[in-house]
Amino acid sequence: MAAHLSSGRVNLTALREAGRRELREFLDKCAGSKAIVWDEYLTGPFGLIAQYSLLKEHEVEKMFTLKPGRLPQADVRNIIFFVRPRLELMDIITDNVRREDRGRSPQRDFHILFVPRRSLLCEQWLKEQGVLGSFIHREQYSLDLIPFDGDLLSMESESAFKECYLENDQTSLYHAAKGLMTLQALYGTIPQIFGKGDCARHVANMMIRMKREFPGSQNSIFPVFDTLLLLDRNVDLLTPLATQLTYEGLIDEIYGIQNTYVKLPPEKFAPKKQGEGGKDLPTEPKKLQLNSAEELYAEIRDKNFNAVGSVLSKKAKIISAAFEERHHAKTVGEIKQFVSQLPHMQAARSSLANHTSIAELIKDITTVSCYCIGFYSFPTASEDFFDNLTVEQEFMSGIDTDKVNNYIEDCIAQKHSLIKILRLVCLQSVCNNGLKQKVLDHYKREILQTYGYEHILTLNNLEKAGLLKLQTGGRNNYPTIRKTLRLWMDDVNEQNPNDISYVYSGYAPLSVRLAQLLARPGWRSIEEVLKMLPGPHFEERQQLPTGLQKKRQHGENRVTLVFFLGGVTYAEIAALRFLSQMEDGGTEYVIATTKLINGTTWIKSLMEKLEPAPF
Amino acid sequence: MSRARADEEEYWHSSKFRAFTFDDEDDELSQLKESKRAVNSLRDIVDDDDDDLEKVSWSGEPVGSISWSIKETASSSSSLEGRDQPQKGSSSYAALPKQVSSYSLSSLFKGRNRLPSLPSLSDAFSDTGVKNYAPELRRPKAEYKDYSNDWSPRDTVRRMQRGKVCSLERFRSLQDKLVLLDEAVAGHDGNVITAVLIFLKRTLRREVLFRELEVRQVALCHLIHFLKETGEQKLLLDLLRFLDRTEEVALSQYREHLNIQDVEKKREFLKGCIGLPFSAEDISHIQDHYTLLERQIIIEANDRHLAMAGQSEIFRKYPRKASILNMPLVTTLFYSCFYHYTEAEGTFSSPTNLKKTFKIPDKQYVLTALAARAKLRAWEDVDALLTTKNWLGYTKKKAPIGFHRVVEILQRNNAPVQVLQEYVRLVEDVETRLNLATKYKCHDVVIDTYRDLKDRIQLMAYKCKVERGSAEEEKINSLLSNM
Repeated sequence: MAAHLSSGRVNLTALREAGRRELREFLDKCAGSKAIVWDEYLTGPFGLIAQYSLLKEHEVEKMFTLKPGRLPQADVRNIIFFVRPRLELMDIITDNVRREDRGRSPQRDFHILFVPRRSLLCEQWLKEQGVLGSFIHREQYSLDLIPFDGDLLSMESESAFKECYLENDQTSLYHAAKGLMTLQALYGTIPQIFGKGDCARHVANMMIRMKREFPGSQNSIFPVFDTLLLLDRNVDLLTPLATQLTYEGLIDEIYGIQNTYVKLPPEKFAPKKQGEGGKDLPTEPKKLQLNSAEELYAEIRDKNFNAVGSVLSKKAKIISAAFEERHHAKTVGEIKQFVSQLPHMQAARSSLANHTSIAELIKDITTVSCYCIGFYSFPTASEDFFDNLTVEQEFMSGIDTDKVNNYIEDCIAQKHSLIKILRLVCLQSVCNNGLKQKVLDHYKREILQTYGYEHILTLNNLEKAGLLKLQTGGRNNYPTIRKTLRLWMDDVNEQNPNDISYVYSGYAPLSVRLAQLLARPGWRSIEEVLKMLPGPHFEERQQLPTGLQKKRQHGENRVTLVFFLGGVTYAEIAALRFLSQMEDGGTEYVIATTKLINGTTWIKSLMEKLEPAPF
Repeated sequence: MSRARADEEEYWHSSKFRAFTFDDEDDELSQLKESKRAVNSLRDIVDDDDDDLEKVSWSGEPVGSISWSIKETASSSSSLEGRDQPQKGSSSYAALPKQVSSYSLSSLFKGRNRLPSLPSLSDAFSDTGVKNYAPELRRPKAEYKDYSNDWSPRDTVRRMQRGKVCSLERFRSLQDKLVLLDEAVAGHDGNVITAVLIFLKRTLRREVLFRELEVRQVALCHLIHFLKETGEQKLLLDLLRFLDRTEEVALSQYREHLNIQDVEKKREFLKGCIGLPFSAEDISHIQDHYTLLERQIIIEANDRHLAMAGQSEIFRKYPRKASILNMPLVTTLFYSCFYHYTEAEGTFSSPTNLKKTFKIPDKQYVLTALAARAKLRAWEDVDALLTTKNWLGYTKKKAPIGFHRVVEILQRNNAPVQVLQEYVRLVEDVETRLNLATKYKCHDVVIDTYRDLKDRIQLMAYKCKVERGSAEEEKINSLLSNM
């Protein structure tokens, strides 16, 4: 069930197990049969920690989704609410509790489990509603860092970026620091901490403070991680805005991956069973789990999409050849050999079928037939993907970033999705270190006139977060940053990459470049550029007891934990994995983040929630 | 699954396969038995599970996952009536025990080389070995019990960080309260900071609270966030005003309009917003927002009346699908070009009036008007829209959006070839013109273009694309003979 978590350099099953244990302990506190009422957002992340079977073992008999009204009839002793500490959810719980039939017997006990933290504000709120006393246990379940894969941890806190950079609320940073303390309790104190950005500085400070305040946290575990690198998302606002071009990145861009699951249009997955007509095509989306437990997926997820096709066809040949082998199996020994491999082959075949279908779906969207290129017509999905990408790449390589872009204007005129427009305009702004007054005003006016004046609130948020800004002082330092950090590579090799820039077909993600340069030759070589990027950069050392200091075997790789505060994209993860696998790299990376994001989900989290249109 | 069985059958029946010949040597007989056993067990494995690791329902939810179970248990409880419930429940759990300790297929395979078999991880961890992996992360239980009335501000904050309830009422003097707040801020835990702020908000006079927060930026941000969250708009605005953050006051107040459903009230509210201290760039947009809604209310009242009376042909022929209230400006312009195109500039609903009032750029105007008139297939209007007269009275076709865009819009509205042709001809870029003309079968334009390019070869090639014996073919022939 969780074998993929132990496949990496650091065995993350331990973290998962710690989470399961805490959950079991809480459940056992509420003696007797139970029903859980779920804040729906939590079911995904919880699914990565525990399955229903675990809950069942601890007498959870029913599960419901949290919604207003009377709670369903269920003959259980305990009703437990699993919720995020949010006021709107407290209102629902209040409603649930108030409508509970007091006359029923036996009476049901109520409990609340706050995830990831108990909130005094919420409890205050419940108290004002007069229901706080109804809860026997009010506890917290610190689901800070959830293991997603053998080298990937996420807090899945969707509003972390907004809170940090818009509202100046550092609570999510506090959780990040807590999560890091938990990690250190399991995997040993991390001797070296590097960081860049204000939030990084805060987290490092909190870690140091927490360590000082709980001297008990000094543990005797041999350190697994050599280095921690804390990176603020606002040090690199550019990367998430660009369209990711790795296989996994594109799946996320187009269909959205949530808690390792993706929902896909079902047409291409119709079961091809014999004797059945194509009558009942499935209409429900096909849901697939994507992680490195699947051999094939682990191999192709981080490749540039253009390199995926050839792998898939090679695999197809190997599998057909393997199935063919049964004809050559003569001796009993050979038959046995073949038979023993059959289940593996079946699994491989179904995995191959799935990914061939996904690749087809993506290809339909990303590939332009030659006929279409070169003249203008009403764009199909693929033409538009191509045009969009062209503009992005122009911006990132520094072409025409200082004037109003025709393609963006066209998209506004055709009323493409507002998020897409905002992604492009912000990208242009970031690649130009802010837009000229005239250009900014023009975009703003067009957007407000076409999409509605109320979006002035969203534009304002983007400005506050630094994604959209006025160029001040008339100096654009992006070209300097681009050249020094080699962010744009003209000769990119998508099939057999030799540089991280393959993940965006030319653009090397700034954040990952910083990690790469830190490992070799060190940040001292790029002091000038670091000063141009926002926030301080720093280094801290945590003292280890003498017995625990590492004596590195010759040729053994260092392990660096890169923590992205404010979100990370799949393409950046791919780039770090690429660095891990480089033969002479010398460093392996484990990635942690507040949330897995892409440009769309990111911009969305910054948009002002508007009331739905009246019809 | 049936697929797997079919393969299996094909496998055994395949003629090339000769395993079950009984004249095998003796010592192979035992092996044969073994392999037969293997094959039989294989049926179980292959039939059992097609997907790799877990049992997965069609929607992809692994059977036994949490979201799957919510659906399952919820549905079984909705049909709660009496006895059939436990059955239902048990049937849905039937698949589970397998899950808990089952050996995944891939582990069987991978396991071959390493260990004889690989028990699932949840099994591995349920024994005592787990202690090495998962040390106690939480504080010892004893700490929950201790209690004192005499915690220092620092201890109080620490206790609150650990999720324990503390009484803050003991902090009576302003000095004490501020020390408490500073401790909370130093702890960076927003939860605690907010809790302390709630306490201060309740026990301090507003001016004192504001004054103290002004020099404590972090706490201030938390309070602002908190007030937004709980909807205490009045206090929020007072606070922002006190801080002289006027632009924020303005935006925050403007945001309120989103909660107003009644359009008349919304209009009044927006009118009030105009006087707010917005930044210079924003103020014109807010003004426009108000003016637009004001217009929309007038247009809506008029048109609803017209539509109901049933005397206006356009409303009868193309009934309105929705009200125009609260729509963006460009949508409103489209609406007005659709229903009110010919109205004089003096009326509020006329397109020219909108264009003037909101200073809509030419490009935007032409684009929108074109789309609206093309939708109505009013080709003369399209023609007029793109025709300009110079002072000598000569007319000329002009499209600020480029003729390729004109063609695209017309084509989308199924314009006839004669109409389309006229504008394809005006596309400046030769290659684009040829492409469009070919795509939309504007033969005349293609032929004329090749003629101008003096491209015999292409002209000859194009001959096969036009109808036999048509005027176009004749034209090509005559051109070819004269070239």
